[in-house]
Amino acid sequence: MTDHQTETGTGNGTGDETTTGNGSGARGARWRLAGGYAAAAVLLFAVAPAVLSDFRLEQLARYLCFAMVAVGISLAWGRGGMLTLGQGLFFGLGGYAMAMHLKLADAGPGQLPDFMLLYGSTDQLPWWWEPFRSPVVAIAAVFLVPMAVAAVIGFLVFRRRVRGAYFAILSQALAAAFAILLIGQQATTGGTNGLTNFQGFFGFALNDPINRRTVYFVIAGTLLALMLLTRQLFLSRYGELLVAVRDSEERVRFLGYDPALVKLVAYVVSAGMAGLAGALFVPAVGIISPALIGIVPSIQFLIGAAIGGRASLVGAALGAIAVAWAQTTLSEEFPAAWTYFQAGLFIVVVAFLPGGLISLRQLLTRRRPTPLGAST
Amino acid sequence: MTVILSQSFTGISIGAVLLLIALGLSLTFGQMGVINMAHGEFIMAGAYTVYVVQKSIDSAGTSLLISLPLAFLVAGAMGVLLEWLLIRRLYARPLDTLLVTWGVSLMLQQLARDIFGAPNVNAQAPSWLSGRITLVDGEHSLTLAHSRLFILGLAIAAVVALTLTLRRTSLGRRIRAVVQHRDLAEASGIATGRVDRITFFIGSGLAGLAGVALTLVGPIGPTMGTNIIIDAFLVIVVGGIGQLRGAVIAAFALGVLQAVMEYSTTVSVARVTVLVAIVAFLQWRPQGIYTLRTRSLA
Repeated sequence: MTDHQTETGTGNGTGDETTTGNGSGARGARWRLAGGYAAAAVLLFAVAPAVLSDFRLEQLARYLCFAMVAVGISLAWGRGGMLTLGQGLFFGLGGYAMAMHLKLADAGPGQLPDFMLLYGSTDQLPWWWEPFRSPVVAIAAVFLVPMAVAAVIGFLVFRRRVRGAYFAILSQALAAAFAILLIGQQATTGGTNGLTNFQGFFGFALNDPINRRTVYFVIAGTLLALMLLTRQLFLSRYGELLVAVRDSEERVRFLGYDPALVKLVAYVVSAGMAGLAGALFVPAVGIISPALIGIVPSIQFLIGAAIGGRASLVGAALGAIAVAWAQTTLSEEFPAAWTYFQAGLFIVVVAFLPGGLISLRQLLTRRRPTPLGAST
Repeated sequence: MTVILSQSFTGISIGAVLLLIALGLSLTFGQMGVINMAHGEFIMAGAYTVYVVQKSIDSAGTSLLISLPLAFLVAGAMGVLLEWLLIRRLYARPLDTLLVTWGVSLMLQQLARDIFGAPNVNAQAPSWLSGRITLVDGEHSLTLAHSRLFILGLAIAAVVALTLTLRRTSLGRRIRAVVQHRDLAEASGIATGRVDRITFFIGSGLAGLAGVALTLVGPIGPTMGTNIIIDAFLVIVVGGIGQLRGAVIAAFALGVLQAVMEYSTTVSVARVTVLVAIVAFLQWRPQGIYTLRTRSLA
């Protein structure tokens, strides 16, 4: 499989020639990969908890959640060419599914969540809250619900060959509508304030620093697992097909594949990752609200992946972490300067270095490029 | 009954604003396949033009009339600058252009915050626009505000002027040629780069006019463009790329649907319903109401 070659089409894009994987150096690459993941694991599991304060570690947990979304984006956008400006929708679905369960668990059996009593508009739990009393249902829902929603949207949209800018706008509008819907239904969703003030996480008290550290470890482990999974997807026949669809959808269609199905899988998987990220974000940060999932945060998810390297797994994840970190540390001190810097860097990278900062390494060492190029 | 009528009128005036914005977007999208996310900030620039002009001229009426051409020029100049600096370098990468222009919009918003401050400001509406026409008096009165009629008139004037330009002038002929087949147009001796720039000037200028119109019905603020631009994009998606008549129909249809749904349900449910309606509509006509027939696949 590794000596399988893909030639990108010149049909609708810039048409750079790309080869994925070749025999020589595959063994070295595998060792480098194993070494890279081992180093990342040591950093995340041993070094970071040892040197960072509890406060900083919680911030890192938040950045890692964004990195999870970025991994999904690099699959759907970097490899699949689908510019998803609405990952906030899936992040929010996962986040709210988890938050609803935590709220119900805090309230205890048969009781209403505190905010519903506060707004006093309802004395009965809405029917769609009821299933989230069960932890099993909630854990399944955090990725199954976003994936199901993505499957329905993707099926309708890709089947009718809605793509490119049309798809981008539509996905963005969906995220915006979801945020507006949540704000509008304050009595059952918490409105603008969102859901917050969680006491426990599956029986563990969240005010205990040890338990909050455990949440961090869960997040770090999930991120590494998702990255390995996505890497396998990239290297599989499916990954090759996805890149082929991105570069020349018509050619793939003429070869007898169904491009709509290929795109749908990537879109659904990326939605599942965003949902999982949203769900883990809730215990780590302690809030989920419409402000975290609307238009602006949805594009923010993309910025890290774009700056780091959209088609590169490591690039996208590191980019997301770096941008989130810089946002937190720099925007506190220089809010205006940070906005100019972030936007400027984003413009320059997207316009003149579409492979992201990670592609600089390849430019410098003249290694073979990762498959990136034509955007539809 | 009168309630439905008055909601429809509100819808039509929402549609008129959307139309003004969508006209410019449609022009640049059709011309270069470029989604300009900074279009919303050109609207903002037009609106702040009114604010600045009013600071120097006391009379609200005169300042509005001066602002109209001035906002067109300011927004148009910003558009040309953007096209010249960035967009023409990203030819054939439409999705990257979308992202780059979003970065530009982020910068322009911050610029507005630095110059005018983060809080919203208000422009004075002229006295001759503050009245309203009462059509049906009594229990269910139906009134049409002058300002909304003015916006409707502005939108109609813009559509007529743009149609005449595209149909009757040599510039319009060149623009249409580039839209239909860029390579062939270039081979026929049309300076496509210059046509692109002029198109961008007109399209962005129309955003400036929309900004002036928006000052009559709402506050002026750094994020005013972002809030309305998505709806304008949806108008383009429904109307079809580069199709003026599609944009006209779609703008009024979406405006009226939104307003009527808002009356019968809530604002948030109305928005979701409109969006579901759009996805359903795309199942039927994925390329929008009107499409440019080409021989390309799909």
